[in-house]
Amino acid sequence: MTHLVILPILIPLLTGASLLLLYATPVGVQRRVSIASTLALTLLGVWAVSTAGSGELTLYHLGDWPAPFGIVLVLDRLSAIMLSLTAGLSLFCVLYASRGIDRQGAHFHALFQFQLAGINGAFLTGDLFNLFVFFEILLIASYALLLHGGGRARSRAGLHYVIINLVSSALFLLALGTLYGVTGTLNMADLALAVAATPAAGQPLLTAASMLLLVVFGIKAAVLPLLFWLPRAYSASSAPVAALFAIMTKVGVYAILRVFLLVFGLGESPANQVAWGWLWPLALLTLGLGGIGALGSASLRTMTAYLVILSVGTLLATISFVSAATLGAALFYLIHSTCMTAVFFLLADLLGQQREQGYDRFSDIAPMGHRWLLGSVFFIAAISMAGLPPFSGFVSKLWILQATSGQPQGFWLWGVLLAAALLILVAVSRAGSGWFWRPGTMAAPRPLDRVCMWLVCLMIGVSAGLSALGEPVINYLELTAEQLLAPQAYIDAVLPESARLAREVAP
Amino acid sequence: MELLYAITLGVLTSCGIYLLLRARTFTVILGLTLLSHAVNLYLFASGRLVSSAPAIVGLADHSADPVPQALVLTAIVIGFAMTAFVVVLALKAAVELRNDHVDGENPDEDRP
Repeated sequence: MTHLVILPILIPLLTGASLLLLYATPVGVQRRVSIASTLALTLLGVWAVSTAGSGELTLYHLGDWPAPFGIVLVLDRLSAIMLSLTAGLSLFCVLYASRGIDRQGAHFHALFQFQLAGINGAFLTGDLFNLFVFFEILLIASYALLLHGGGRARSRAGLHYVIINLVSSALFLLALGTLYGVTGTLNMADLALAVAATPAAGQPLLTAASMLLLVVFGIKAAVLPLLFWLPRAYSASSAPVAALFAIMTKVGVYAILRVFLLVFGLGESPANQVAWGWLWPLALLTLGLGGIGALGSASLRTMTAYLVILSVGTLLATISFVSAATLGAALFYLIHSTCMTAVFFLLADLLGQQREQGYDRFSDIAPMGHRWLLGSVFFIAAISMAGLPPFSGFVSKLWILQATSGQPQGFWLWGVLLAAALLILVAVSRAGSGWFWRPGTMAAPRPLDRVCMWLVCLMIGVSAGLSALGEPVINYLELTAEQLLAPQAYIDAVLPESARLAREVAP
Repeated sequence: MELLYAITLGVLTSCGIYLLLRARTFTVILGLTLLSHAVNLYLFASGRLVSSAPAIVGLADHSADPVPQALVLTAIVIGFAMTAFVVVLALKAAVELRNDHVDGENPDEDRP
């Protein structure tokens, strides 16, 4: 048993705790500790991707308790992808924040590390109650990060965000209580067998619990009726925090994938059919609303928040086809959209600092410093975001369209997805032309932070690299989709044989 | 006992939801507290309601399921911390926004 699997949780947890003790040290020391921890996480992410690439599941039994009794951490291909994506994104965010934003309030780096611990734990755990605990860790860190820096807008957005997430935690616990009451287990693999073996009398309760879970994960992922907290919260938070939050909605998507493909995915008429039936129209509406919201928003940060919503809608609509081809395409889109929305949040800050007035509001027409350089970067980022060639946005969208073309529902997805892409194109071109063409160059431009500039360019470079060197990534994601659609292999790996047999003879 | 328990849960939940939908932060927090009480009781009941059965094997003829008790304990700790946080946040918002409306402004009172 290798201990490396638990390190993505332990490293940020211990770093965060020690950063609290290092509170009195100069900010440079805190930054170095935080960056070192995030670098270590990035290396672990690379290790995770290469280890999981063999197709074998890596398990870690906490306290060496056997699977259905103790908590188990499971590293499969999907967890590995999410871990490395989080680590890479957080490295960019922590470097960007270290250029000055972390000094706007206390304990930025400690909170950042606790947030990473929660996210990584949610991706690794194989126990449903443990998933709840890690959700709470990442949420309480995100509450404090959202409020970091203070201000009226943040307090107001924070209140909504905290209250809706507390309600969702209550619903999560209700669902867990119901599941435990019916099946008597919370280990995901064991739960999958128990759910499939539940007699017809218990099925309505299980369906109710699965729908409660869908609501909880829907709040995290921001699906249509549950998304109205997002634009205000994301546009109020500081740039690196908002960029990190780009992965938070994906935690909800990950939980939906994990729970509905594994826990409710077994048996002849699996319990997840009801969930997919609801998810499909809601995701399509979310996608449309994201496009309309992006067109109607008044600032670049709000527009990016709606682009996050749009990406969630695209992802969930593609996922609800539940086939190997669409899942692979959805995962590629997940990587692309996380990178690009993070780029846009950082870019909004970078551009806002260079504008004479109005920060990132569209209504102000103000001269801008370094107009040519920033304009070119914005142009390239916008091309990738809108899904035009040659960047990853184009590849991912093409793959989604190709994967869904044979399906009867594919027609709807094609229509809404392409219409939303047109709306994004209009929105970003309006933003770009209003900012870079109409006003003149600022007479005395403010100094441009070269490091921040390079970070944003590097992230766009990652997006370009995804499309240029896409083949190995696409192969990996196709294998991931196959692994996701074969829950029996997961169960065989996690549960010892005795536990599986006990489940089969139980009534 | 089950009927009484179920009625208690129902009353707690409905009162919690009613208070949650009010417009002032203090009542919303009270609603969250009631809701989390209801949830904790519900989790506790998922191990079935039995009397005189300790959660340790061997002390009595039949023992209670210890897992829901552990879950409730975790849920209470987390719920307590979250409630404390939201109280502080509501105070901060009330001071900064100069009113305790959940939207930061009261459309009926603040407009001239």
